[in-house]
Amino acid sequence: MSSENVLEIRDLATYFFLRRGVVKAVDGVSLSLRRGEILGLVGESGCGKSVTALSIMRLLPRSTARTVRGEVCLGGENILARSQREMREIRGRRISMILQDPQTSLNPVFSVGEQLREAIFKRTRQRKAEIMKEAVGLLRRVEIAAPDQRIGQFPHQLSGGMKQRVVGAISISGQPEVLIADEPTTALDATIQLQYLKLLKRLQSETDMAILFITHDFGVVARMCNRVAVMYAGRIVECGPVAQILERPSHPYTQALIASVPKLADATGKLTTIDGQPPSLMNLPPGCRFAPRCAHADPRCRSIYPSTFTAGVDHTADCWRLEGQ
Amino acid sequence: MRSTPWICILVIVTMVFMAVFAPLLTPYSPIDQTLRDKLLPPFWLEGGSMKYLLGTDAFGRDILSRLLYGARVSLIVATLALTAGGGVGLVIGIVAGYLGGTVESILMRLVDAAFTFPAILFALLLAVTMGQGLGTLVIAISLLLWASFARVIRGEVLALKQRDFVALAKVRGCSEPRIMLTHILPNVLSTFMVLVTLNIGVVVIAEASLSFLGAGIPPPTPSWGLMVSEGRGRIADAWWVSLIPGLAITALVLSVNVFGDWLRDRLDPRLRQL
Repeated sequence: MSSENVLEIRDLATYFFLRRGVVKAVDGVSLSLRRGEILGLVGESGCGKSVTALSIMRLLPRSTARTVRGEVCLGGENILARSQREMREIRGRRISMILQDPQTSLNPVFSVGEQLREAIFKRTRQRKAEIMKEAVGLLRRVEIAAPDQRIGQFPHQLSGGMKQRVVGAISISGQPEVLIADEPTTALDATIQLQYLKLLKRLQSETDMAILFITHDFGVVARMCNRVAVMYAGRIVECGPVAQILERPSHPYTQALIASVPKLADATGKLTTIDGQPPSLMNLPPGCRFAPRCAHADPRCRSIYPSTFTAGVDHTADCWRLEGQ
Repeated sequence: MRSTPWICILVIVTMVFMAVFAPLLTPYSPIDQTLRDKLLPPFWLEGGSMKYLLGTDAFGRDILSRLLYGARVSLIVATLALTAGGGVGLVIGIVAGYLGGTVESILMRLVDAAFTFPAILFALLLAVTMGQGLGTLVIAISLLLWASFARVIRGEVLALKQRDFVALAKVRGCSEPRIMLTHILPNVLSTFMVLVTLNIGVVVIAEASLSFLGAGIPPPTPSWGLMVSEGRGRIADAWWVSLIPGLAITALVLSVNVFGDWLRDRLDPRLRQL
C-alpha cells in the first residue's frame, strides 16, 4: 500500500453554538486517509464521528455549527478555505458520502433512474441515452439484479438493502477519491450487512478510492478496515493498524471498548461494560477526557491532556502511560 | 380508506360544465331585463311557468341563466386567486422552510402579520382605492390565501429537509436553488394540491361575501354572492331570488370540501404505501 495521503485532517474542531452553551462535538481531530485504504472510525454514540464526517463535507447547519479551527486537505489543498460554490464541485466528484438510513436517503417522488441521472448529468452533461446506459452500468456494479427493470422503479418498491445499493451507486458515480461511509449498514439486517460490506470492499479495490468507514462495531472494523482510529468525546485517542489495535490496544478506552464486544465463546451471560458516562461535550474535563472512567488515571491525567505517543509501528495513542516506553 | 365521493365529483363536474358552456346552455341573456316578467317564482310554485324554470328576479332576469353565468365568475375567481395566492404561499413556504435563519424569521413574521389583517375590511379598502372589478377581487382574495399556504408548506419542508436525500443531494453537489426546485418542491406538491381543493370553498365564499357587500364584481354581471345580495330586500315575498344562488354556493363548497378531504387521504403517503 502506498502511504500517500489523499485526505489529511489537521486539528479539526467543530463546535455547536447553542443558547445553552458551546458543544465541542469535535475538538482537535487529526487523521490521515491514505490512497486505497479503508480507515475505520470507531467510537460510541455522540463521540463526534458523524460531525467529523459532516465537517469534512462541510454540510453542517450553518446556523448553529461552525468549524472553528483546523484544516481538511484533499490532495494537498485545504478545502475548508474553499467557497460554497467550489465545494459543490468537490462534493460528489472528489469526496462522496453514504449515509446511515437508506429509507430516507432517496427522494420518494423520483425513480431510481432519475436520481442516478441527476448525479451523472451534473458531472458529464451527456445525452439522455448515454446517461441511462451509464446508470444501468452503475446499478450492475453495485450488484443489483435486473438493473434494466429496477431503473424505472421508485424507492418504496425496493428493499432496504437494495436502496442502500442505489445510494452506493449514486455515491460512486462521480468516481470520488474519498468515500465517507457513515454507518452504512446499521439500518440493514445482518445477512444484508455482510453482502453490503463485501460490495463496498470490492468497489474500493476496483477503483482505488479511499474509504473513511464510520461505525461502532469492532466486528465490522476487523472485517473491513486496514487501519482504525478510535474516537472518544471529540478526539482521536488511538490510531493504528487494525490487527495491532485489536491484539494490543494501548489506550485504556480502546481496551475497554474491545473488552465490551460480546463474545459467543465465553457466554457467561454477563456483558462487560465501561463504568460511568462519557463527559458532557459542553463541559469537558481539563485533562484526559477518559480519566473520570479510567482505572489507571492519576492526577496528571485529570489536569493535562496527554500528548500523542507512539505505541507501535504506525500506531499512536493519546495516553500518559505510554510516556517513556 | 373512505369510498370515492362520486356525488361531490358529479356536482363539481356539473358546475364546471355549466360555467364553461354557459352561453350555449342559457335560454336568456343574464343581463337583459324583462320588467313584465319580474319576480316570477320557479316553475313548481303557483304562478311559475316553464318559461323561467327557476323564476326571475326584480328586473325580470332569468335566474337560471344568471346562475350559469355566475358559476363562471366564481370559478374564474377561484382559479386565479388560488394560482396567485397559492403560488406565492408555496414559494414563500419552501424558501422559508428550507433556508431557515433570518430569511425564515422575516418571511414567517410577514405571514403572522398577514393573519392579523381583517380580510374583508382590507378587500373593501382595495375596492374603494382600485375600483370594483375582477382584478381587485382576485388580489383581495389572494392576499387572504397566501399566508395559510405558506404556513402549511413551511411545516412540511421543515420535516423534509431533515431527510437524508436532501443531504445526499448536497453530497452530489446540487446547489440550494436546485435542491428546493427538484427535491423539495415535488415532495410538497401533493400537500399543495390538497390545500388548493380545500381552499376552493374559502374562495367561493369570499367572492360571494365581497360581491354581497358590493366590493366584488360590479352589477349587472351575475355572481352568486351578488345574486344573494340583490334578493335580500325581498326575502319575505320572493325568497327564491336569494335562496337559489345560496344553495348553489352551499352545494359547490360542500362538494369541494368533501372532495378535498378525500384527496388528502388519497395522497397521504402513509396510506398510499399500503
